[in-house]
Amino acid sequence: MSHEHRDDTGARFGMWIFLYTEVILFSGLFILYAVSLSKFPEQYSIASHKLNIYFGGANTLVLLTSSLTMAMAITAIQRGRKKQTLILCCSTIGLALLFLVNKFFEWSAEIGHGIYPGSEELAAMGPGVTNFFNLYYFTAGLHGIHVIIGATLIGVVTVLVSKGRVNSEQYTLLENSALYWHLVDLVWIFLFPLYYLIL
Amino acid sequence: MSETPSRYGGFFTESPRSGILGWVTSTDHKRIGLLYLGCIVTMFIVGAVLGLALRLQLFEPGTGIMEAQTYNATFTVHGVIMIFLFIIPSIPAAFGNLLLPIQIGARDVSFPRVNLLSWYCYIAGAILAVTAIFSGGGPPDTGWTFYVPFSTQTTTNVNLAVSAAFMLGFSSILTGINFVTTIHRLRCKGMGWGKLPLFVWTLYATAWIQVLATPMIGITLALIFVERIFGAGLFDVAKGGDPILFQHLFWIYSHPAVYIMILPGMGVISEIIPVFARKPLFGYWAMALSSLAIAFAGSLVWAHHMYASGMSDMAIMIFSFLTFIVAIPSAIKIFNWVSTLYKGSIQLAPPMLYALSFIFLFAIGGLGGLALGAAAADIHLHDTTFVVGHFHYTMFGGTGFAFFAALHYWLPKFFARMYNHKIATLAWALIFVGFNVTYMAMQAVGIQGMPRRYYDYLPQFGPLNMVATIGSWILAVGLIIMFVNLWRGIRYGTPVGKNPWGGATLEWEVPSPPPMENFGAEDPVVTRGPYDFKGVIADEP
Ligand code: HEM
Ligand SMILES: [Cu+2]
Repeated sequence: MSHEHRDDTGARFGMWIFLYTEVILFSGLFILYAVSLSKFPEQYSIASHKLNIYFGGANTLVLLTSSLTMAMAITAIQRGRKKQTLILCCSTIGLALLFLVNKFFEWSAEIGHGIYPGSEELAAMGPGVTNFFNLYYFTAGLHGIHVIIGATLIGVVTVLVSKGRVNSEQYTLLENSALYWHLVDLVWIFLFPLYYLIL
Repeated sequence: MSETPSRYGGFFTESPRSGILGWVTSTDHKRIGLLYLGCIVTMFIVGAVLGLALRLQLFEPGTGIMEAQTYNATFTVHGVIMIFLFIIPSIPAAFGNLLLPIQIGARDVSFPRVNLLSWYCYIAGAILAVTAIFSGGGPPDTGWTFYVPFSTQTTTNVNLAVSAAFMLGFSSILTGINFVTTIHRLRCKGMGWGKLPLFVWTLYATAWIQVLATPMIGITLALIFVERIFGAGLFDVAKGGDPILFQHLFWIYSHPAVYIMILPGMGVISEIIPVFARKPLFGYWAMALSSLAIAFAGSLVWAHHMYASGMSDMAIMIFSFLTFIVAIPSAIKIFNWVSTLYKGSIQLAPPMLYALSFIFLFAIGGLGGLALGAAAADIHLHDTTFVVGHFHYTMFGGTGFAFFAALHYWLPKFFARMYNHKIATLAWALIFVGFNVTYMAMQAVGIQGMPRRYYDYLPQFGPLNMVATIGSWILAVGLIIMFVNLWRGIRYGTPVGKNPWGGATLEWEVPSPPPMENFGAEDPVVTRGPYDFKGVIADEP
């Protein structure tokens, strides 16, 4: 390309549109949640109490903190503090891993109790509870995949920062990964109360 | 894609890499557009062969060339290929990529690498779809709509088929994001919103639908997938799910998707009609805004596909009413095209013939759509071959013909060679006649009560089915002549200059084929409107 074309606003604009598509992806699941909740209000509440709120609460804290470290990473790079940026990005990735480990233990415990899609014990709890857990596993699972994608993305950007390809002059990529990460956080902020808290 | 070396080759010869790598790693929007075009035409031909096989089976009652299961698989694969691999990407991904940047005076799209990625997603989707046909429990037999509970229970290879559709959806989203951003950010100097060619306006509206609606099909197909693999049961009544919800989620995407299919076609027609009537387009803003109106209103009518599946009468009435509302912006477009023709000096060149038949066929399809949108009539017509006739009129008679019009209008631009007009006119006539015979007969036999997706039928439906099948042969001959003529045209046709039709949009001002980066050293500056033909004359043939 002879004309080096650079349009940071355009890149952010594109990212925002992409985030809309993610919101709509999850909104399909929230629609299912709303419809099923109105169909099985009591069973949903019974099922919700089977979830361990400590796991969920801890993960909420982890994700909120990771959003903070990510936002701080941007300020750091704007000020040209490369080392600080690297540390903050790595902490975000660390927190993402922590989230996944936590999730692993939570799910293992639930699966240990015979609660997983297709299990007979779950089926014995009746259609409402089954539906709650099926939806829960699918929504949280999809969110988990997004955590992995987001962390990988941040990992790539971290390498680019250390190589100096992302720097205080040109950091749209870091900003865009941060936007993505905030979205991952935001989805969880809706997920957590809907499944663990309000019922 | 070889070119005689002595001639100026534009982007065909100016690539940084040569050979096949220069194509499959190129981020140039014109090369990506041509890659798409090649794949899309191939897919159309495969799909059309399957369609002809369906018609052949229906030639007479009884088992002809296939058994019931083969028939089910054939119409499913025909539908999946035509919808996801042909018509959704057809005009936006092929001609949108080729033309959008040039028409707004840009050197490329906003995210050239994402653009290439979208093509690879398309290829991955195509490979998955083809693998689905030849592996596992056999080709999928659910129909392209993948309705539950059948799609979660059949032993055929639905898993791969839905993954293919998922991948293709992703490709479509990436194209959408690219186009919206490009249109917002990369218009050249002087190219205000009021100077955009209408093709760009329709691509803009389409891109928004692609971005906002496609994720819904993504999640729906993903749910089918997990249901089949893990027994997630979200659409299974026994597990507290609801099969009707599947239909809602599916149509929340798939109804807007019909506007992804038709809007770019309407844009092509809006480009062609003024050029061959030598008159500015009638009602520019009405045309531009009606595209957005269609995109908006079109997302509120999905449940008109479900009158027969169980819904409250109130909901039926609301969706029926909203369906009638969407017809208004479409009708605005039809009236404006006709008004543009009024007192124009009309030249019946091949692109214009396709454009005029688009108006005729789309009007028939659209009016049939109103008959189906009216709940009372739909209860009778639902799941008959009337529906099949109706959507072939809108999608094939509409978008398909617009795609052919675009091929005849723009290929001479990108290959700098002209096909034979006499043969093109003959092909058009055969396609037009064959098309009407085939699908009018299908609509008629549908009104008599012939169900769709049946491989066999009662003897009283015999005559009209025979007529439809004979029509499909005329159609097939026309298609073959058209493709051969176009192919010969781009290879050996008479060389033409940069503006063979006398168009006033920017693409006709750059050399043919357009150079890499479209414009020379200077960025273009636009001073007049896209349909301002004063002083614009076609090159001498
Ligand atoms: C040579 C051209 C074509 C022929 C002969 C043809 C013929 C047919 C026939 C006979 C059916 C099945 C009727 C039934 O039993 O239900 C069918 C279904 C269908 N066709 Fe075509 N068709 C052609 C082109 C197209 C094009 C260009 C499109 C797309 C845009 C298309 C989209 C579809 C779809 C979506 C279905 C429904 C499949 C389903 O029921 O799941 N066809 N076609
Ligand atoms: Cu519809």
